Amino acid sequence: MEKMRRILLKFIDEAGWPRIIIGFFLFSLFAIAPFVGVRIDTSLKDVFVRVGMNGVMVLAMVPMIRSGCGLNFGLPVGVIAGLLGALICLQFEIVGMTGLFTAMIISIPFSVIFGYFYASIINRVKGAEMMIATYIGFSVVALMCIGWMLLPFTNPIMVWGFSGEGLRTTISVQGYYQDVLSDILSFRIGEHFYFPTGMFLFLGVCCVGIQLFFKSRTGLAMTAVGKNPDFARASTVNVDRMRTHSVILSTALGAIGIIMYQQSFGFIQLYMGPFYMAFPAVAAILLGGASLKNATITHVLVGTFLFQGIVTMAPSVINSMMESDMSEIIRIVVSNGMILYALTRKELYRR
Amino acid sequence: MKKKFFHNEERTFFFTDHAVPILFLIIVAAGIPLSGYSASYLIQEMLLRLSRDSFLVLSLLVPIMAGMGLNFGIVLGSMAGQIGLIFITDWGIAGIPGLFIAAVLGTPVAVLLGYLCGKVLNKARGKEMVSSYILGFFINGLYQFVGLYMMGKIIPIIKPEILISRGYGIRNAVSLVGIRGALDKFLDLKIMGVAIPVTTYLVIVLFCIFIVWIKNTKLGQDMRAVGQNISVAELSGINVNRTRTISIIISTVLASYGQIIFLQNLGTMNTYTSHEMAGVFSIAALLVGGATVAKASLVNVFLGVALFHMLFIISPMAGKRLIGSAQLGEYFRVFVSYGVISMALVLHAVKARAQNARQRIQMRTEINAEVGEAE
Repeated sequence: MEKMRRILLKFIDEAGWPRIIIGFFLFSLFAIAPFVGVRIDTSLKDVFVRVGMNGVMVLAMVPMIRSGCGLNFGLPVGVIAGLLGALICLQFEIVGMTGLFTAMIISIPFSVIFGYFYASIINRVKGAEMMIATYIGFSVVALMCIGWMLLPFTNPIMVWGFSGEGLRTTISVQGYYQDVLSDILSFRIGEHFYFPTGMFLFLGVCCVGIQLFFKSRTGLAMTAVGKNPDFARASTVNVDRMRTHSVILSTALGAIGIIMYQQSFGFIQLYMGPFYMAFPAVAAILLGGASLKNATITHVLVGTFLFQGIVTMAPSVINSMMESDMSEIIRIVVSNGMILYALTRKELYRR
Repeated sequence: MKKKFFHNEERTFFFTDHAVPILFLIIVAAGIPLSGYSASYLIQEMLLRLSRDSFLVLSLLVPIMAGMGLNFGIVLGSMAGQIGLIFITDWGIAGIPGLFIAAVLGTPVAVLLGYLCGKVLNKARGKEMVSSYILGFFINGLYQFVGLYMMGKIIPIIKPEILISRGYGIRNAVSLVGIRGALDKFLDLKIMGVAIPVTTYLVIVLFCIFIVWIKNTKLGQDMRAVGQNISVAELSGINVNRTRTISIIISTVLASYGQIIFLQNLGTMNTYTSHEMAGVFSIAALLVGGATVAKASLVNVFLGVALFHMLFIISPMAGKRLIGSAQLGEYFRVFVSYGVISMALVLHAVKARAQNARQRIQMRTEINAEVGEAE
């Protein structure tokens, strides 16, 4: 009995109350669902699709947290790079799988350049990264609003019909690369369940890649910088260089992440679309158990599943119970509550 | 030699200190002729906007004094003020009494939210700004819950006009016809065709006096001590957490009054978006006026509101004349407001680091000197 209690306490300590509460909440949502007329298989399909959609963007948090740059509130910087890649791919009408990967490859040089500038700012403001990253993200999105109006794209599906210039606010990727990745090896069970295997394979490749990277020399140096910059400097690691690498890596993952998001969502969202994109990703990784200083691939996967689970299940279950749409409110409260919890928690080091 | 060094240093600091207002002055100076507006129109607009926004921006000053940075939590105060406004609109109380009762109703809500904000920020020392910012979003979720689901269901609302057609929940836009301009027009003066809302300015002056007064009270001294160095303040027996909480409560309560003044001027309230604007715009305006995260004065407030809103007025027209698109001017303005905040935050962080490094070097040389003497 005593042993049970200790195990339980240890579990609570390690998982943290918010994660346990939200886990139970999600579990009870699934339990209630059949009784209020929500199909479990449809819901599960939605959850899986959304996890695949958002996974890489959540993964984009990891490098910056590891190197001690804090939560990547500047995710929109990477998103913009991804959007540029996607738009160029659409402009040259490259379709299908080739299109998707062309978009990703084109977006990488952009994210290296953007990430470099982003990092050079972040390195100058050590200790105040998060607030500044948020505002850099906002500024870049606002600046690109001007860009979207002026850049010389001409493909008629992208630009406003009547004036022939200026990009539309949402652009469909149907016929280009919608679902090309999701549909690889995907399977259906029954009428309603669908599993986007390809998307998970891709997410898995990304996760393994990042995991291996952090086992490499550079990756270990990066983690060392995050743990203790002074100690890292003493062991001849170039701190600023490592931080720059991590920011660039995060930005590139953000770019790839948004393209993944588009291929499943079906639309490219421009203008103010990417404005708040960092917040759900930040909330997801924190929900997975990451802190401001430590994040692992497990945190990414668990967090994305929990967060997207809540976001998908809560509205459908609550709507059919009370006939009102509270999805937006639940999302706001859960995601920001989670971020607040992480910000106010004392950092405990486990060695 | 030494003197010259200091001279140079001060000169470079002048530009980094005032980089933001100088940059803004240049943009605005270039934009005014482009927009083609007449001087009297610009002056009228300016006076109106100064009276509308100054109070909200002033409410940011107290937490800066206490070293807590820019209080993005004034959004909480704005929400409290809006709750007061919803009730007086529902009860049909118009004019000055309406404003007064809205303020009275908003105060306890603002105190409660301010207390909560203070508690949270005390737990997140060193990360106050980002925490207050996220807290704003979090409380916004609860506010939406109250506004959309509890008002009209659990909290009785008499007038169906302000409810969504389904029977509960406050509408997205609430007309504040009863109190529109109540404060502005209570006593207004017309000089050469330019209307001046005297009472609003009187209230703002009162607030300025309050700020100057509080600086010299025991509480104000404590706040400044906490703002300069938390550990020193703690050692000298100041209850740091309490002082910080009080400064946030004052800021939140004043922000709720600020939002009421702001909305009585506009005359309509966007129930679910008005308060968010309050936070971002007030902070941008204050920074444009040359304030930093650690230091802000009354001059920064008024200069900032004037410059920032001048850009608001001229940017669509200037954008249209220059590139043929008002929307482009609008995007430019959005970019500038976020860009300015980022730039001010970056400049401040860079300067703070440089100062730290200087202090460390100074300390090291002092220690070395002492060691040398001992030897």
